[in-house]
Amino acid sequence: MADSSKPRPVYRNIHITQILSYRLPLAGIVSILHRVSGVIMFLLLPLVIWLFDTSLTSEISYERFTSAFIAGIGFVPAALVKLAVLGLIWGYLHHFVAGVRHLWMDATHSVTQAHGRSSAVLTFAISLPLTLAFGAKLFGLY
Amino acid sequence: MSNNFGSKRLVVGAHYGLRDWLAQRITAVLMALFTLVLVVQLLLPGPLGYDRWAGIFSVQWMKFLTFVVILSLAWHAWIGMRDIWMDYVKPVGIRLALHVFSILWLVGCAGWAVQVLWRL
Repeated sequence: MADSSKPRPVYRNIHITQILSYRLPLAGIVSILHRVSGVIMFLLLPLVIWLFDTSLTSEISYERFTSAFIAGIGFVPAALVKLAVLGLIWGYLHHFVAGVRHLWMDATHSVTQAHGRSSAVLTFAISLPLTLAFGAKLFGLY
Repeated sequence: MSNNFGSKRLVVGAHYGLRDWLAQRITAVLMALFTLVLVVQLLLPGPLGYDRWAGIFSVQWMKFLTFVVILSLAWHAWIGMRDIWMDYVKPVGIRLALHVFSILWLVGCAGWAVQVLWRL
């Protein structure tokens, strides 16, 4: 077996501490941001359910829901609430579009380098403008 | 088990890889459809205040769908978080603690969301 001396390829995860030192291709950036956005939404889940709870339970709680964006929640200022919600908006949009991209790749096997790049461009082209639009609305720019 | 030898032997154990991969995609499709259903209802004409917002979720079919989506989200997020812990956290003890935390976090949040939904 002459082949056995050939070094076998090694595949490993990029560790979280190495992310910044790698120059990732655009598809790689979409991929790591898919994870980052998932973690953000996982950690902010109680905020999502708090918003779900106060906006639905009664008209009195609905007042608390709307005032969270004006007066804040308890000791948390409104600006921080808005920032967290902006994070959720971006997280949801990116995760949604990148997720549909995944389903698309699963269904069509469009996994060439060129496809990966063009669909990554499309992912950002959809998620970022929508984030800007919702974010501007959130911060009362229109 | 009759084919479990030679070139056809089973070389992996738990078989949760495909199941979880599939579950993550099915739950994703459910959540995406839920998003579309919600967006369509929000885009219907009329002022959007408490009455209309609460009205959307108090219809029985929407409660049914929302309940399914809450469970889907918890399951989907569990698979994703577990993948992340398995990729980045190697010490077994810390990984176990993070797995337990993720499960408690998701089960607790799902319970809270269901409580809100069923109060309506």
